Amino acid sequence: MLQYVIRRLLWAFVMIVLVIAVVFAIFFVLPGGAGRKEDGRASPVAVLMAGRNPRPDLVRDIEHRLGLDRPVHIQFGLYLGRALTGDLGYSYQSQQDVRTAVAHRLPATMSLAFGASVVWLLIGIPLGVISALKRRSLLDRGSMLLALIGVSMPTFWLGLMAVFFFDARLGVYNVGDYAPLTENPLLWFKSLWLPWIVLAIVSAAFYTRMVRGNVLEVQGEDYIRTARAKGLRERSVIRHALRSALTPVVTMYGLDVGILLGGAIITERIFAIPGIGLLAVEAITSSDLPTILGVTVIASFFVIAMNLIVDVVYAALDPRVRYS
Amino acid sequence: MSAETLLEVRDLHVSFPTPDGVVKAVDGLSFSVHRRETFGIVGESGSGKSVTNLTALGLIDRERAQVSGEVLFKGRDLLALSKEELRRVRGKELAMIFQDPFACLHPFYRVGDQIVEAILCHDDIPKKQAQQRAVDLLGAVGIPHPQDRFRDHPHQYSGGMRQRAMIAMALSHNPDLLIADEPTTALDVTVQAQILDLIDRIKNEFNIGVILITHDLGVVADVAQTVMVMYAGRAVELGSRDEVFDNPQHPYAWGLLESIPRIDQKGSRLIPIQGSPPSLIHVPPGCSFHPRCPHRFEPCDKDVPALADRGSGHPDACHLSVEDKRRIWNEREALRKKAVS
Repeated sequence: MLQYVIRRLLWAFVMIVLVIAVVFAIFFVLPGGAGRKEDGRASPVAVLMAGRNPRPDLVRDIEHRLGLDRPVHIQFGLYLGRALTGDLGYSYQSQQDVRTAVAHRLPATMSLAFGASVVWLLIGIPLGVISALKRRSLLDRGSMLLALIGVSMPTFWLGLMAVFFFDARLGVYNVGDYAPLTENPLLWFKSLWLPWIVLAIVSAAFYTRMVRGNVLEVQGEDYIRTARAKGLRERSVIRHALRSALTPVVTMYGLDVGILLGGAIITERIFAIPGIGLLAVEAITSSDLPTILGVTVIASFFVIAMNLIVDVVYAALDPRVRYS
Repeated sequence: MSAETLLEVRDLHVSFPTPDGVVKAVDGLSFSVHRRETFGIVGESGSGKSVTNLTALGLIDRERAQVSGEVLFKGRDLLALSKEELRRVRGKELAMIFQDPFACLHPFYRVGDQIVEAILCHDDIPKKQAQQRAVDLLGAVGIPHPQDRFRDHPHQYSGGMRQRAMIAMALSHNPDLLIADEPTTALDVTVQAQILDLIDRIKNEFNIGVILITHDLGVVADVAQTVMVMYAGRAVELGSRDEVFDNPQHPYAWGLLESIPRIDQKGSRLIPIQGSPPSLIHVPPGCSFHPRCPHRFEPCDKDVPALADRGSGHPDACHLSVEDKRRIWNEREALRKKAVS
């Protein structure tokens, strides 16, 4: 098991290097990349930073300062070397340490992601289980209809509608009120309950359907028939079924949260929550390459880390799974 | 047979309405099983042998199935019991093991715990005591090192050991009747023999009756005292093992016997039964076997032959006279032996 984890960690390292390489290539090598320096032409990001009608030597100066005048493989090597020691460079815009900027934004994204995940689990699991157990009942049909509506509503639309009704019309929510949990728990909650729900609805609908499907499928298993044949009470039979039906949910949950920890761009943007997603939007609109790279590295780190955690947890839940 | 009658099925009908029509899985079935008897039910897939027993145990979806008739177990009609009453019977007085031991144990729970659970759901005893009983049961069905194996998960067991564990679980309350639904089908041949031996042994040790459901006449010939041949939801022949094997009356039984290799007729040809089992939605009129029967004559596609003794000494459901049957069976036997030489 330990060996397995170590091997996975090494692979995680390779994955992150690859992710950095791809993102680096997009911005520094491919045509149109803000950091691309073509012969005889200034790189777009240096021009942008130099302001209106810049003198050519100022642009060259900026390029030199940012290291954009060096060969791209040197730039990549330098960046990679620093990134792997935890140094993500400095923002072109704010001159701030990217690592500090990301760390500063992380609590908001974590609050959003974990809060929303609690909401969708609290809706998805009970509703899915009850729908499966009361199959073809009014409740089942009702929840499946709701689930269909839920998965059909895009977050950007739902978010805007929510802001429109709860902020503009009803006035029970204020966009942009976010405060960290440690500073003002009440305001933290007041600023997050609506984004949680908006972000959770699609997943809640998805989980409801998945859990219902799993429970129905497991109910047809031979070992459930065995459980009944040996005379177990229906409650115990259901426990047997849920043990199998809910284990795959752990996998889904881990991966979904991993993705969200890299920033819920749309939700954070709509509700002005200063998280990783909003940081990414800001960085992209201002061609702030170190920040873009930094956010990408962090996001891929979370996805890879959650993958590993999910696999380890799964081995603990399913005795058939043993890693070696 | 003078032994106590454990199970008596009277005119059982089970059908399932489906969008394509009503599936008649069991159509007017009657038989009885006694203590210390192994009652073999033989038939092809879809002949209704499993549905009969799942119905008795209340393991079919009663909201979807239409069931009539009586299933008297020690005098009580199981079909009339409430769900809770039936649950108290299941696993305690009436136990069942299934075809695929790989799928029948819950993969996430330890084998021992699954047996303990079976014990505790009927007996209010301390857990320690139940665990000891489970270890003893595992030992009794021939699991080596039961103390250690108790803590294993099902995937750490071989197929034969899983079936043994299922049998241990079935025995945990000293049931009166054990229903074994194709208990050896998924196992290797050598393991099959061990499991059949085990079932035979526990029948005597635990003083129980056994219903052995199988499509394998060889299995029945080994261990059953009574044999019922089923076809399309009906019994077509019922008798002691010797009666059915030595003096078979029904053309379907002939076909089954001719399609298994026999050690005393080395080199003889295996003759398959022509055609395939009928759809249970559109069961052929009259004798449901008549479209596949080479000896059919004029009443066969009109009248359903009743299961009755037509002078052979045991009941069968075929319109042919006993003399014709004797003549035809002898001819077929002769033909088969001729092929040997």
